[in-house]
Amino acid sequence: MTEDELIENFSLFDDWEERYKYLIDLGRRLPDLPAELRSDAYKVEGCMSQVWLVPGAEDGRLHFRADSDSAIVKGLIAVLMVLYDGKTAREILDTDAGAVLDRMDLGSHISPNRRNGFYAMVETIRKTAAAAAGNT
Amino acid sequence: MTAAAKTPATMPYDVHAVRADFPILSRQVHGRPLVYLDSAASAQKPRHVIDTMTEVMTAEYANVHRGVHWLSAAATRRFEEARTKVARFLNAAEDREIVFTRNATEAVNLVASSWGRANLREGDEVVISWLEHHANIVPWQMLRAEKGIVLKVVPVDDRGALVMEEYERLLASPRVRLVAMTAMSNALGTITPIAEVIELAHARGIPVLVDGCQAVTHLGVDVRALDCDFLVLSGHKLYGPTGVGVLYGKAELLSQMPPYQGGGDMIARVTFEETTFKDIPQRFEAGTPAIVEVIGLGAAIDYVSGLGLDRIRAHEQDVFDYASRRLQELNSVRVVGTAPERAGILSFTMEDVHPHDLATILDRSGVAVRAGHHCAQPLMDRFGVPATARASFGLYSTREEVDALVAGLERVREIFG
Repeated sequence: MTEDELIENFSLFDDWEERYKYLIDLGRRLPDLPAELRSDAYKVEGCMSQVWLVPGAEDGRLHFRADSDSAIVKGLIAVLMVLYDGKTAREILDTDAGAVLDRMDLGSHISPNRRNGFYAMVETIRKTAAAAAGNT
Repeated sequence: MTAAAKTPATMPYDVHAVRADFPILSRQVHGRPLVYLDSAASAQKPRHVIDTMTEVMTAEYANVHRGVHWLSAAATRRFEEARTKVARFLNAAEDREIVFTRNATEAVNLVASSWGRANLREGDEVVISWLEHHANIVPWQMLRAEKGIVLKVVPVDDRGALVMEEYERLLASPRVRLVAMTAMSNALGTITPIAEVIELAHARGIPVLVDGCQAVTHLGVDVRALDCDFLVLSGHKLYGPTGVGVLYGKAELLSQMPPYQGGGDMIARVTFEETTFKDIPQRFEAGTPAIVEVIGLGAAIDYVSGLGLDRIRAHEQDVFDYASRRLQELNSVRVVGTAPERAGILSFTMEDVHPHDLATILDRSGVAVRAGHHCAQPLMDRFGVPATARASFGLYSTREEVDALVAGLERVREIFG
């Protein structure tokens, strides 16, 4: 699925309840992170929900695997995977996840709240990309 | 002041008139009427507080305790009137037993830094409980790192009630120098038998600090009846502004304590060789205080007192009991904390739904609850949950809002399957 398709899919729903159901469904279709990767080493600290993020690189593109104990956050992870997984560092740095989420009317999750594990994950992805961009 | 606040004590509690005093309660969130069930985190402000603060800044604002000019005298008078209001509200013996701080957290830190450093030595024990907010844990841990004191923790049973036998056992140690305990849990709503806690400690000559943040708003506290040695409270949980908290301390104790922070307004005379300090309470109020906020807190106390704490408590208990019943009817909801004595606060989880997700969906329905560990992680660990959702009630809460919460929870259940 591309970013445009994702936004279009979300635009098909009239009410927030349907959008959230779809989001949760996207998360459920995402593979679970193996238990050994749900470790402190990959944990992104957040006050309310736990998030694990495993970055990787292959052929100049960055790959991410991630999981959360929150179904909504896992749905948001699925959205982030569409935006970021398999992209170059430059593409990642040029993507504004907040703006995309706003277009899906899910914006409240990406408010720069330090305690929000999801926001911390976006920051981690961007830092990974910035580091990779610095290396090339 | 307002129609609601002038209601005589014999009149029935008109919660809708009370709600009209709180401008924010008429707003909408996500296109729905706001159902604010997060008063334990911070309470909303009545018009009287908002107007008083505006009026002070508009007409009677200057720095306090300094100027000879008219405005400074006017602001000082109103600032000190607020101290009197707090003293009366808590039934303190004297106004000078009331110290204004930034918040309740600072009040605990003040006691730990000033009284603790002066009176505690390596191996001395401070008794706290599993119900404590981080604000009544971390300052003592910092003192432990510095002085080598020992923290003893009174456990809670599976209902979230204090295990008093364990408390008595811990008190039996000859090294206990202080008990620092909440009168009401911010996470579970448990009301602790604080009078008994104090009596038992005093029988051994041990002073007691009470975290009164929730108790002063939900139950009311009489510091002389309790005979507590210190009590901390938070202004913004008492329908007042943020930026102001209170430390109550018995005059004889405060008088013996060294200053907490140094600076202006707390000194008697300064030379480069030596500085002498003012008497209490100014000794603990270094620097320009939160003048407008302190006066706002005074206005909040006027408002609450006008309604009457007994009537507020009866009203909140009705809403709480109703909410407890309604939540029990929901099969997938588990209430965390079922101590027999509770008020104002309901913590709960829903099967297979993260509290964060639950709060997100409720928010879309206009219902504001807190989700998280409520600054009480040890307590969450005790109940084997990383977090809970928490609905907390205030003097403006209604049964209709509980119905909205329950309807929201039914929706959550439907969305998550």
